Amino acid sequence: MQVFDLSALDRLVQVLGERGYLVIGPVLRDGAIVYDEITSSRDLPIGWTDLQEGGSYRLHKRADQARFGYVVGPHSWKRYLFPPEVRLWQLRRSRDGYLGSRQSSGQTGDNGQLDAISPATQGDLSPPRQAFIGVRSCELHAIHIQDRVFGAGNGARGAARGTPNWHDPVYARRRHDAFLVSVQCTQAGGTCFCTSMGTGPKAESGFDLALTEVIDGKEHYFAVEAGSDRGREVLEEVPHRAATDTEAEAAARAVARSVDQMDSGVRGRTMETAGIKELLYRNQEHPRWDEVAQRCLACANCTMVCPTCFCSNVEDKSDITGEHAERWRRWDSCFHRDFSYLHGGSVRPSTRARYRQWMTHKLASWIDQFGTSGCVGCGRCITWCPVGIDITEEVAAIRASDAQHREGEKSG
Amino acid sequence: MNVMKRGRKPKLAVWKFASCDGCQLSLLDCEDELLTIADAVEIAYFVEASRSISRGPYDLSLVEGSITTPHDAERIRRVRRVSRFLVTIGACATAGGIQALRNFRDVSEFTARVYAHPEYIDTLATSTAIADHVAVDFELRGCPINKHQLVELIGAYLCGRKPDIPGHSVCTECKRAGAVCVTVARGTPCLGPVTHAGCGALCPRYDRGCYGCYGPMDSPNVPSLQTWWQDRLAVSESDLIRAYRSFNAGAVAFQAGVARKGRADGGGADTDPRDAALDSSTRRDRIS
Ligand code: SF4
Ligand code: SF4
Ligand code: SF4
Repeated sequence: MQVFDLSALDRLVQVLGERGYLVIGPVLRDGAIVYDEITSSRDLPIGWTDLQEGGSYRLHKRADQARFGYVVGPHSWKRYLFPPEVRLWQLRRSRDGYLGSRQSSGQTGDNGQLDAISPATQGDLSPPRQAFIGVRSCELHAIHIQDRVFGAGNGARGAARGTPNWHDPVYARRRHDAFLVSVQCTQAGGTCFCTSMGTGPKAESGFDLALTEVIDGKEHYFAVEAGSDRGREVLEEVPHRAATDTEAEAAARAVARSVDQMDSGVRGRTMETAGIKELLYRNQEHPRWDEVAQRCLACANCTMVCPTCFCSNVEDKSDITGEHAERWRRWDSCFHRDFSYLHGGSVRPSTRARYRQWMTHKLASWIDQFGTSGCVGCGRCITWCPVGIDITEEVAAIRASDAQHREGEKSG
Repeated sequence: MNVMKRGRKPKLAVWKFASCDGCQLSLLDCEDELLTIADAVEIAYFVEASRSISRGPYDLSLVEGSITTPHDAERIRRVRRVSRFLVTIGACATAGGIQALRNFRDVSEFTARVYAHPEYIDTLATSTAIADHVAVDFELRGCPINKHQLVELIGAYLCGRKPDIPGHSVCTECKRAGAVCVTVARGTPCLGPVTHAGCGALCPRYDRGCYGCYGPMDSPNVPSLQTWWQDRLAVSESDLIRAYRSFNAGAVAFQAGVARKGRADGGGADTDPRDAALDSSTRRDRIS
């Protein structure tokens, strides 16, 4: 383990910039800590923290000058890897024909030719290389989950490994280039439950660099681990030295603090995950779904803030002249009525059906589909739900009157 | 149906009922696109823009304003008869507008106070949406409407596709834009979760709660939001009523919320009483 000081942290931001990365990190904006472009470590939310509860988020001044003394906010790295709105392609009608598509070979409309079909704008398929500063352990896990969803890392070898030989080019390109600087959590947030989901608070792998911020009296430094070759390369350009035993111990203690907070219930929450897939599958008619549907607004905030939710829609647009058309992909949600619109109507017309779909997919069918849970316990859906609906409470309520037991009561 | 293939330009008409003209103005406001629109359609009846009028029938009628007089209740039927495709634009036409506040009071009291000779005033007791009188093919929401949505609607009509105008909440636009939720981060009451998208979350992006200009979204849960406002954001009952009694006071879902003070009930069960308020999207689907 290595250590570096506050000035080296700023150097790290500069080095990444010099290497051509657009550096994205936490900044204070509009009453929250969000992810945006930074050019110096002075842009970080120095001395601020967040207090979170169901449906509530407030910033507070800390007693110290911590750079990473907050947890997670309304943004996740998803917006930089899987942008909320992307133009997939655009095309223009040729002078003598109608719009057609090269993809539907042999079936181009009428006798037309395409003047131009450009797959996407520069920004969409050739995004800048991005470096993320402050990636929490739960967020690393969320990125790894989306890697599976979007097939990032699937190439020619994908098929051999038994995974689909397919990838989403918008995501894969951004993901391939992304440089990840993790930050270990030294305090739990009010709605965190990563210890229940096995996703934190300590980032073990999958980062390029991982920092632990240590503030001990007058001392303020970062313990640093490199997790990849390019991480080691970047670290070489930043002044650092080997950690002493005391420093390494202090860093470990800092992370242990957040584990204790969650486990003891001082901060954060817990979710019992044993047999959760079967639990939800056998409780599709549980009365709790009606109860939560009374509170749920079907507003989709939970899915928008969730770092693993990946649903999108694809819409074609044409202009007034009919000469120019574009295809856009935008974040969508299973909470939207039109999202499950098939011929004749929505498959999930009620909020009950939509909430049940969301939670059951997240915690149960996701496991069948992608081999992991779809929830990393970041707590965003709890904090940013405008009526404070809490996924951990919903699971607990269903568990408390599991269909199996209800059956038992009826017969007994 | 591709209207453009027919050889002649489709005829566009713009009709005004009880309204402030702001939505019609959005069409004139299209600036860059206006000439293109004038090229693609024949502007056959648009008295705010031109004195030249061509006879109907009209292919696409844009109707602004609500029905507040017996005369208008009759006139809208004639408009419907001469219109192939009738689209209502703005909160007045889709929900009765701000003037629907009269629906909650005795209108003769107003006329007695305002006019020296109220006996000359021939008005209805209510201000109602166009869809309460005739069949509507599509409703474009907003107070005023968003000109980009209007251009999208006309473009979609011209090539016979469904317009890309979703019925979900403002929250989705707010989150896509990366705005910080004013309710969660500041405790500001925001109507976004129950309000139809379309404005791009304009107010939340400027640190204000949504005022509900676009009326109810496709499955609004007003009672739940109301409970949270009262219990957690300490919103008084009179402020709560004021929040819903604005441009879309006449919308069924917004009225239901105000009437049902206190606890939330009747949420999202499979037979959803709120579906009564959802007919806008049923109408909407007729465009495809
Ligand atoms: S479901 Fe909620 S807690 Fe789980 S990953 Fe998504 S936002 Fe975080
Ligand atoms: S759970 Fe909360 S955030 Fe999610 S759709 Fe329902 S009300 Fe909105
Ligand atoms: S500010 Fe309003 S519109 Fe935006 S997410 Fe919050 S409740 Fe929804």
